[in-house]
Amino acid sequence: MTRTLAWRHELRRQWGRTRTWWLGALVLAIPLVFVAAFAIGRNQVRGQATSFIDLATLGSANFTVFTLLMTGDLLLGIIAAMFLGDTVPSEASAGSLRYLLTVPVPRARLLTSKLVVGVALTAAAIILLTTWSVLVGGVAYGFTAYQGFGGVVLDWPAIVPRLVLAVGYLFVTVLQVGALAFFLGVRTDAPLAAVGGAMLVVIVSAILDNLDALGDLRHALPLHYSRAWLDLFQTQPDIGGVVHGTLWTILYTIALLGAGYWHFLRKDAVS
Amino acid sequence: MHRLPSVLLLAAILLALVPAPTRAGAAEPVQVTTQRVPVRAEPDGTPVDLDVAVYKAGNGQQPAVLLGHGFGGSRTDVDTQARDLAEHGYLVLTWTARGFGDSGGRIHLDAPDYEVADARALVDLLATRDDVALDAPDDPHVGVVGGSYGGALALMLAGTDPRIDTVAALITWNDLDQALFPQAAVDIAEAGPLKQQWISRFFSASVQQGLDRDPPAPAPCGRFDPTVCRELLAAAQTGRPSANLRTMLRSHSPTSVLAGLQVPTLLVQGMRDTLFGLDQADKTARALLDHGTEVAVRWTDGGHDGPASDPDADTDAVRDWLDRHLRGDLGAASVPAFSWALPVPFGGTGPAQWRQANSYPGLHSGAGSLSLHSDGPGTMLAPPGGQPASITSGISGTTGQISSYPLAALPGQSIAFTSDPVGAAATVVGAPQVRLLVTSTADEVTLFVTLWQVNDTSASQPRALVAPVRVAVTPGRATPVAVELPAATWQLDKASTWRVLVTSTDSAFANSTVARADQIQLADPVLTFPTVEGTAVTKGDSIDTETIGLLVALIAVLLAVAVLVATALRRRAGRPVRTDLAEVPLQVENLTKSYPDGHRAVDGVSWQAARGQVVGLLGPNGAGKTTTLRMVLGLIRPDDGHVWVRGRPVVPGAPVLQQVGALVEGPGFLPHLSGRANLRAWWAATGRPESESAMDEALAVAALGDAVDRPVKSYSQGMRQRLGIAQAMLGQPDVLILDEPTNGLDPPQIAAMRPILRAYAETGRTVVVSSHLLAEVEQTCTHVVVMDGGRVITTGAVADLLDGEAITVISLATPVTDAALTALRTVDGITDVTAEEDTRIAVTAEMSRPDVVAAAVTAGMAVSEVTGRRHLEDLFLAMIAESGVHDADPSGPADAGGQTLADRLRKVRPR
Repeated sequence: MTRTLAWRHELRRQWGRTRTWWLGALVLAIPLVFVAAFAIGRNQVRGQATSFIDLATLGSANFTVFTLLMTGDLLLGIIAAMFLGDTVPSEASAGSLRYLLTVPVPRARLLTSKLVVGVALTAAAIILLTTWSVLVGGVAYGFTAYQGFGGVVLDWPAIVPRLVLAVGYLFVTVLQVGALAFFLGVRTDAPLAAVGGAMLVVIVSAILDNLDALGDLRHALPLHYSRAWLDLFQTQPDIGGVVHGTLWTILYTIALLGAGYWHFLRKDAVS
Repeated sequence: MHRLPSVLLLAAILLALVPAPTRAGAAEPVQVTTQRVPVRAEPDGTPVDLDVAVYKAGNGQQPAVLLGHGFGGSRTDVDTQARDLAEHGYLVLTWTARGFGDSGGRIHLDAPDYEVADARALVDLLATRDDVALDAPDDPHVGVVGGSYGGALALMLAGTDPRIDTVAALITWNDLDQALFPQAAVDIAEAGPLKQQWISRFFSASVQQGLDRDPPAPAPCGRFDPTVCRELLAAAQTGRPSANLRTMLRSHSPTSVLAGLQVPTLLVQGMRDTLFGLDQADKTARALLDHGTEVAVRWTDGGHDGPASDPDADTDAVRDWLDRHLRGDLGAASVPAFSWALPVPFGGTGPAQWRQANSYPGLHSGAGSLSLHSDGPGTMLAPPGGQPASITSGISGTTGQISSYPLAALPGQSIAFTSDPVGAAATVVGAPQVRLLVTSTADEVTLFVTLWQVNDTSASQPRALVAPVRVAVTPGRATPVAVELPAATWQLDKASTWRVLVTSTDSAFANSTVARADQIQLADPVLTFPTVEGTAVTKGDSIDTETIGLLVALIAVLLAVAVLVATALRRRAGRPVRTDLAEVPLQVENLTKSYPDGHRAVDGVSWQAARGQVVGLLGPNGAGKTTTLRMVLGLIRPDDGHVWVRGRPVVPGAPVLQQVGALVEGPGFLPHLSGRANLRAWWAATGRPESESAMDEALAVAALGDAVDRPVKSYSQGMRQRLGIAQAMLGQPDVLILDEPTNGLDPPQIAAMRPILRAYAETGRTVVVSSHLLAEVEQTCTHVVVMDGGRVITTGAVADLLDGEAITVISLATPVTDAALTALRTVDGITDVTAEEDTRIAVTAEMSRPDVVAAAVTAGMAVSEVTGRRHLEDLFLAMIAESGVHDADPSGPADAGGQTLADRLRKVRPR
């Protein structure tokens, strides 16, 4: 049988959707909003730099790190949840899912196509955010070398591989949020349940992460290692947290996607 | 069935949450026995006995470990470590030192005649036990481990008792006099200022413990020995030690007995430690190395001021040391001769990275330098009364994140020397040195020197350590003073800037109360620092327990996924093909489906659709028509039964479904695409070339005109319905399944649909239409399948069901009278007459129709219309009513008259 629901065709199905355009617009708007915010608050006295916010306006690389830090947990999670979690249930509620199934697109093939396109769109969003931040930061604050805490200075040949690694790690980290949304979407056929449920888990996990009483159990919380990529921006990058975070993400993503496939392959399509 | 993925998911997560493969061993439980051991009495004759506990796991003779505790604690502080060592195969003896906890006696600060002698008595105790391995009669195989108070005890015990086989001393002192009265000026023998804050802490700890006892020991000495207490209090009052105190402190220190220490020694010293710094361990190490003892030095980033970034690493090192040197296990990991922790970068999250070297080089090896310049006028004031005092150490927090620079660099009381930006990155390992030129108005100068890293407008301290200096000077004359800053490790990043801060006061020390003014300059505008080349520690600790646990969990999850894939593939493999049905477009056989709540939606449904037929699927709501159609399309899995299209089984995703086009429970389109784009997207999903799509024919069926290029969300219900029918016809499938195709269409459109479906079937294809519009079905379909309550009531050709030669339906102009009915019934050849309504009668006869009409006219009826055809609606309602009442198999046994239910229904009387 010829290949059904090829990826480019699935992409065309998702491309014209309102939510795709809105998320893209949001990604483009965020760095501009930050620049505007800093411009408004510029006349405040700057004390000692105790957080990345103070360092954000020192240059393009600093600004990009700041943008990734601000958006890394919640916003990129929402983007991943929407691209991955909304794709199956929205077709179910529009009524077109059953017609795809009767094409016939085999169930696994349908999920795979949607997954691939969702993952690609998420990656595109993160890469777009990063490159756009670099550009906007460069125009606003200049393309100077990165200055971190404690006098750490990294020039562009040092910062670019770190940025690439950080973007890759962020992408991998939010993938687990997307995988959770995917699983919830496949189970409930409701787009709101999928995206909302995934965000709920992210928020609860962030709350629990603050409880010291949980001790080392917190390492199992999704997004516990979401900031581990900051360790890369030292003179000697430390990849311990990045390794742990990647392993946890891979574990959760495979488990959730596996559960989603298992469920979808066996369920009765009543939508 | 659906609970399974959740269970698998839960299992995978639980697997991951069980992080550590438990430490090797722990096969035997640890037994703890406590006892009281009498030791030497106090000077005033009070008998003393110690609270002792022995930890043991397993049987047989084991090497022994004496495990001491820190000041102000008791043996319970080291309970965890004792258990760990016991599980590892050692017999561990812990005790509470005299003057603490439940033991008797008073605190003598590790006096050779008291605490050290007590420890010797404990070694004697070990020698008497038969479960301790012996080197010789009365010489047990024993090692001593201790931290701080217990560490000095360990060194002193090993230096005075030849029976000890190895020592591990952590964060402890070499010379208590130098530790409590530190002097950072090089080559000055005078005692430095007293570590006031620490002394106060010790006293309050012991006083509190003293008050808790019964009878309570009086403050301020608490449980201190009176002599020791008196001397210390006097020194605290004046800020200077008496000669007596200095001698006493020195004799209570390992420095006095190191010459006798010949066994391998591990020294762990902390960089987060303002009480006993790295210089103390350095003196011990060099003394031991001088007479050839094997020494390993480990600089950890914990200490008395705070925990290490990786506390387990230090405990592991002690255990490895014991394995190697006490148990003689050469396979155990070797502790390097010198290892040190690098600073954790600012804001970093992970534990520190380590380096190691093959020999211990001391605090001053290597030659690095950093140029310094003075920041301003080099004059500062030492305030009268010593207040306000700079705060430089104490609250160090984590890696100096909470900067206390403004609290340290009090204006007018501090002088700063800032460096140029660092050219090449370097790591400081040891004690940096700076040479100052001091001119003062008094004859004694007390200074405190600290090292800061500059960032933006302020500075932070990667290591919260301070070097106190007290030198005698001639007022008005410049005196050169070489200052050795506290030893630690610092990371000098490229382009970073550093600052040496000199203050006249420090809140942790006993400050001079005499006011004075000092002028400080740099004798050499350079900060020299030692560096050591080390290799990264590759203990295999890059794979920690969390990573191992995660990899195990990952493997488990991947196995589960592999099992799922295998079952899915196997299911797909074995499906039979019915060659006898190769010419039958659609065969439904014995389909059964129950919903989770137990309701049987479809119960043994079987029917067939042949080529060229338009099959109507009829039934009331809830008959199971839509469920059956969904099963035919592979959307729902039947509990029992099969569906074949051209002899090939239909399952979800079966390729044969390419030959089936469907419209089920309404159309479904992507609202943001136009009608044409939707059809094209759907066809693109099939993967077949556009030339096979018959798009133009389908769009002609939809008859949308220009609207076909507008977004579907602007369509009306009827437009969507037509487009849905068009989508079902894309590719001209062999079987066309339409569920309520006329839903939302107006009469002209319904009328237009009729010939389309007929024409479609006439080309040799099959159409299955499920509808409630019985009039439409009557006109469109060639065959019907009637369902009710999940069962098939009847199947058959429409013509056969509706057309019956035997029936004539006559409509009358005037209402029929009973007399006329009776008259007609008596006519020979007429079997049955029923008045369906006032003006309509149905006559069943064996005569020809014209004869029936003639008979009716003769009977006096005003005949206005004659038809031979019954309406499907009447037939259908009767069938449903009949089947519901009898609840019997419609093709069941014939009754007495040789007629089945279907036969009887052919003569149905309307309600």
